[in-house]
Amino acid sequence: MDNPVQARILRCMSYDSDIIIVGGGLNGPALGLALADAGQTVTIIDALPAQAREQDTFDGRSYALALASQKMLSAIGIWGAVGDHAQPMLEIKVSDGRAGEGPSPFILEFDHAEIEEGPMGYMVEDRYLRVAFLDALAQHPKVTHLSGETVVAQDIEPSGATVTLASGRRLRGKVLVGADGRKSGTAERAGISRTGWDYGQTALVCAIGHERPHNGIAHQFFMPPGPLAILPLPGNRSSIVWSETHDMAARINAMDDADYMDTLRPRFGDFLGDIELAGVRFSYPLNLTLANAFVKPRLALIGDAAHGVHPIAGQGLNLGLRDVGALAEVLVDAARRGEDIGAINVLERYQTWRRWDTATLAAATDGFNKLFSNDNPILRGVRDLGMGVVNSMPNLRRRFIREAAGLNGDLPRLMLGRPL
Amino acid sequence: MMQPAESTVDAAEVAKFEAMAAEWWDPNGKFKPLHMLNPCRLDYITQQIAAEFGRDLTTPEPFKGLRLLDIGCGGGLLSEPMARLGATVVGADAAERNIPVARVHAEQSGLTIDYRHTTAEALAAAGEQFDVVLNMEVVEHVADPLAYLTACRQLLRPGGLHLCSTINRNPKSFAMAIVGAEIIMRWLPKGTHDWKKFITPDELFDLLRQSGVDPVDRKGFVFNPIAWTWSISDRDLSVNYVTASVKPE
Repeated sequence: MDNPVQARILRCMSYDSDIIIVGGGLNGPALGLALADAGQTVTIIDALPAQAREQDTFDGRSYALALASQKMLSAIGIWGAVGDHAQPMLEIKVSDGRAGEGPSPFILEFDHAEIEEGPMGYMVEDRYLRVAFLDALAQHPKVTHLSGETVVAQDIEPSGATVTLASGRRLRGKVLVGADGRKSGTAERAGISRTGWDYGQTALVCAIGHERPHNGIAHQFFMPPGPLAILPLPGNRSSIVWSETHDMAARINAMDDADYMDTLRPRFGDFLGDIELAGVRFSYPLNLTLANAFVKPRLALIGDAAHGVHPIAGQGLNLGLRDVGALAEVLVDAARRGEDIGAINVLERYQTWRRWDTATLAAATDGFNKLFSNDNPILRGVRDLGMGVVNSMPNLRRRFIREAAGLNGDLPRLMLGRPL
Repeated sequence: MMQPAESTVDAAEVAKFEAMAAEWWDPNGKFKPLHMLNPCRLDYITQQIAAEFGRDLTTPEPFKGLRLLDIGCGGGLLSEPMARLGATVVGADAAERNIPVARVHAEQSGLTIDYRHTTAEALAAAGEQFDVVLNMEVVEHVADPLAYLTACRQLLRPGGLHLCSTINRNPKSFAMAIVGAEIIMRWLPKGTHDWKKFITPDELFDLLRQSGVDPVDRKGFVFNPIAWTWSISDRDLSVNYVTASVKPE
């Protein structure tokens, strides 16, 4: 600001919208809708063209939405369009197993009947969420949704944040939110470094059709190469998240569909009868990447841009939606008391709220996976004993169920199903 | 938004004021205790104004049409939020150096605020009238509290709201405000407060009645040293507290 005239002009520039969100996945639009409902004007910049998000054929991607996340989707008006296609998760069964041996006798069972709030969560296919968000964004008078636009530069000054799009268009807001994933350009342009861990595993993800009904039961088998999660989708279908070492995963990925299913079958067992592939196969190397700061003046990171976690318990989206709930609440409360919503002391409230939760989950998921992805007989004994103990203690079990439902901790108002 | 008179101000002076404004508004700087207390104070202020004048805080610029005076405005920590909520704000400070600093920051924030180097008594003598008078953390610094509070009442339109916060007088407030904040934490310069000038809530209610307003509410501002945040308390007025009074119609 050496030139006072230029400084004046910058200061007098108005805002194109209160909030600018970079990233059109799920967390960005969820935050946009929550803030717009509370009266803020929002621009969402999505690198993907709208046609890419409109595809409504099933591509195999789905999410395990914790109950608290489902409550938030209700609060922001998305659940109506998604609920009819969702599969409630009524029970979670966790067991230790080795390929070919089936589950160990020590099975942890979490039944939603033990908590009063309802099912622990819902399985929702990506295609329904995507379309529901697109429709809601298009209809909201306070939301501007720019599809197929990428950010090439950003400039943070004392009273605002400006992004420059590839088309040359410039947009200025009070707060810039990076919801642009684990390789967040928003974080990188802001000079926020990241800490990462590699788990040495790759998750293989697909949907399968099966002969017998799943009865709303989710299964998690802990096997030496890594966990296998079987999550119930509507009808006789389930979503599979199957973790293997990078080498093994590369070999499995190279297989054709028939060989792929032949590799999966013995791990899966035959309790659901015959299984067949339904949709596309995906594969994600499992690593954790944590932004070293979630906020800077006029800038906040949410979802994978802040913390890309191991999807072992389907917690990625649930954690992201907690960010959404916390950031929306911090910003709206600040706006209503007349504070500058982009001031660092306002944004730090969001960081303080979310960092501890994120760090503990990242550490817990890491430790949990190490304990279970191991064929050491002593560890196997320890974990079987641990499962038996947890199973026999109703209070501890309820705590686990509430954790799976996302009901523990200091929850944002939206996750309690309350408006902002 | 631009104040044309600003263009005559010397550029070096502007730079100096900008630096001082940055200091006022640094949440971890010299005025950290005020920044920490501010959300809590603003919650009380906004809720009281909304209740008194029937405004909805979930709507944009809910205080539009209200004329508000912020006495002891300093760098504008309360004036700016009030202006952002739509109020027409006059910020008054007896310390002359604060005025250009507050002006520079309001301009940076794109807000129009009428900052003046003046006192409540002078504004009252000039016949100025407001819907709301904010009198936060000032009364413990004045020589004659009753004369000062009377000036505050004169500044109010009938039905107007007078919000007054200060520090209680008891061993705990001595320990917290002077030993804690000034000596141990060094949050405030030594000598900021004279404990003998602190006023108990009952004394303040009496003074407010004598000034000609009806006290309608009082709450505590309580610091939680574990969460490191302030909150509003119905019961604990033992150190910092705030009162709301209405000028009879």
